[in-house]
Amino acid sequence: MKANCWMGRNTVEVREVPDPKILNSRDAIVRITSTAICGSDLHLYDGYVPTMKKGDILGHEFMGEVVDVGPAVSNLRIGDRVVVPFPIACGNCTACDHDMYSLCENSNPNAGLAEKFMGHSPAGIFGYSHMLGGYPGGQAEYARVPFADVGPIKIENGLPDEKVLFLSDILPTGWMGAEMCDITPGDVIAVWGAGPVGQFAIASAYLMGAERVIAIDRFPYRLRIAERVGAETLNYEEVDVQDALLDITAGRGPDACIDAVGMEAHYGNPAVYAYDRTKQAARVETDRPYALREAIMACRNGGTVSVIGVYAGFLEKFPMGSLMNRSLTLKSGQCHVQRYLKPLLQRIKNGDIDPSFVITHRLPLQDAPRGYDLFKNKTDDCNKVILSA
Amino acid sequence: MSERHDAMSDRMARTLGWASLALGAAQLAAPRAVARISGVDDSPAARATIPLVGLRELLHAVALLGGQPAMGLWTRLAGDSADLTSLAGAMSGRTGWRRRRVVAVAGAVIAITAVDAYAAMRIRRSREQGHGKAEQWARGVMGLHAAITVKRPRPEVYRFWHDFENFPRFMVHVKSVRTSEDLSHWKVRGPMGKTVEWDAETVEDHRDELIAWCSAKSSFVPNGGSVHFTDAPGGRGTEVRVNLRYHVPGGKAGSVIARLLGEHPEQQVRDDLRRFKQVMETGEVVRSEGRSEGTRALRQALERRAQPVA
Ligand SMILES: NC(=O)c1ccc[n+]([C@@H]2O[C@H](COP(=O)([O-])OP(=O)(O)OC[C@H]3O[C@@H](n4cnc5c(N)ncnc54)[C@H](O)[C@@H]3O)[C@@H](O)[C@H]2O)c1
Ligand SMILES: [Zn+2]
Ligand SMILES: [Zn+2]
Repeated sequence: MKANCWMGRNTVEVREVPDPKILNSRDAIVRITSTAICGSDLHLYDGYVPTMKKGDILGHEFMGEVVDVGPAVSNLRIGDRVVVPFPIACGNCTACDHDMYSLCENSNPNAGLAEKFMGHSPAGIFGYSHMLGGYPGGQAEYARVPFADVGPIKIENGLPDEKVLFLSDILPTGWMGAEMCDITPGDVIAVWGAGPVGQFAIASAYLMGAERVIAIDRFPYRLRIAERVGAETLNYEEVDVQDALLDITAGRGPDACIDAVGMEAHYGNPAVYAYDRTKQAARVETDRPYALREAIMACRNGGTVSVIGVYAGFLEKFPMGSLMNRSLTLKSGQCHVQRYLKPLLQRIKNGDIDPSFVITHRLPLQDAPRGYDLFKNKTDDCNKVILSA
Repeated sequence: MSERHDAMSDRMARTLGWASLALGAAQLAAPRAVARISGVDDSPAARATIPLVGLRELLHAVALLGGQPAMGLWTRLAGDSADLTSLAGAMSGRTGWRRRRVVAVAGAVIAITAVDAYAAMRIRRSREQGHGKAEQWARGVMGLHAAITVKRPRPEVYRFWHDFENFPRFMVHVKSVRTSEDLSHWKVRGPMGKTVEWDAETVEDHRDELIAWCSAKSSFVPNGGSVHFTDAPGGRGTEVRVNLRYHVPGGKAGSVIARLLGEHPEQQVRDDLRRFKQVMETGEVVRSEGRSEGTRALRQALERRAQPVA
């Protein structure tokens, strides 16, 4: 089959690789019809996630048709259409039992490696480094899906791929980002990063009853998409974000702040940007946390900072004093996707939300390298790339 | 870690030590010249700081050349980041040739930071891998301990472990165990494709609580172990604690055991326990394409790429 492989920093290649086979009795093989490139893939592409190996198949947002099932999978049949959640989860362990699927205790065969980096291991993830399992990803014609009796959600015919594909990751991720804010009536929510994840966080915050949602980014075309889902926008290259937020909230600060940017944030001041870039390049700090620093400083006393942007390692100049003295709550996590599949599919069916609004580019799998380039450099007004096999 | 790696790391640290010495001496002896070259000679504060920075460099040199390379490198790294911070400040406040000089110096410091970070990591790595194992070999006993929580009732967990013939399902090195009454015969994958065998006897068996075994006196690889089962608090399942002991004689047997246990024996036991948990909770050992069975988790070089295997 064809698959998009990580070939080193800033290089992906669509190559011919062997077809997947069933390895465990609870596996299914899925013929992929649609898959997407995620902001998380960019962290791998840019080489900031350790333990990638040349030739690893990328991709963790995918859906398709079941073509084979292991002997222990009784809920799926050949021919079923499914969306596959990006965290691999067994459904039997204590974490899964508590709906914390991205912390599944059994799905990372390389847990020992992850423990060295993080103390304890999270769940395995498709196409997301060896430290997180060494699983081939879904930017391919086929994928093996472990624990197929727990993860994938069946989709009835009639709902097009574009409406349901993002159940695999970014829709639930944006939703969880807003949910962690515990929104109550009157709340003003600020969202750093108006990428697809930020855009879904905005839409979700409104569905949960937020009064106002402020989107912060520097790309006008992305801010325009955020506006379409109802956000007010701040371009951090044009205004001072702290001042603007103080004005919008009459001095209180946003009730909750969402970081939908992550470890590769960009920063307006070239000197400070150069400082963190350098340290990141020298691996003295692994992550550039501008958005997170700003979100913490901006948040109102006693408010919540919800981190869905991905971080990989260590931060510098983390404003712990601000967080502690002002009774802030910090919440974070890789999305527990399985937890949200059913309710969000229901909302898509109801017409509460049509996630396809984020898509700007539809390419054949073969053009994955061009897709990465467009999405990374934000050229051609690229917001979200989907690939079809 | 290999001796060559150690020697290389030490050489790197020494080179950096001499560099610190030269830089520190220049900053103390000719602070004005250093200020001019860096483009910060317009600032009295900068001129005053430079000799202090020089003093700092001399301290690094003492540590690096005086046999404390790890310490010297980490303090050098701290120094680099302080320099970068001052330079970032200097950059934003300057224009023209001064700014160009500051940028050039920042570039140089960036490169130095990278070298320091690399050297510090090398040293730390060779330290981490050198300790522990050697000491234990010298004492002649290798004791290993690992624990895990399994979300199954205690009697079930005990029962599964009690049947030693289940071991190959989760212990990667164990090829087979045959049992009869209190005796068991173990076949274990040894170095270079050889099989190592021994007989063991169950010396203690308390239902749902404890099992202990010990290899027969005559065995080539004298070893023993115990496993304790307790209820995890709040209905979290069963806590499993394993202790293993290997007596390490000199000569051939010793080197067989050393190879058998590998570079990271604790890690190996933890991985075995993790697989035990997978079997108990999910029904089988969970596999991924990249994870090559039977290797140590830390040896990433042995990991296959994340692609289906033909
Ligand atoms: N927690 C999860 O489960 C999960 C799931 C999916 C994605 N993510 C993460 O969410 C983040 C966003 O993903 P995406 O697909 O939207 O990526 P993206 O690259 O499309 O969007 C990131 C946006 O952040 C903006 N940005 C950069 N620096 C900024 C700053 N200092 N202030 C404000 N905005 C800034 C960029 O301009 C860009 O528009 C990534 O870190 C990704 O890894 C997390
Ligand atoms: Zn993603
Ligand atoms: Zn689980």
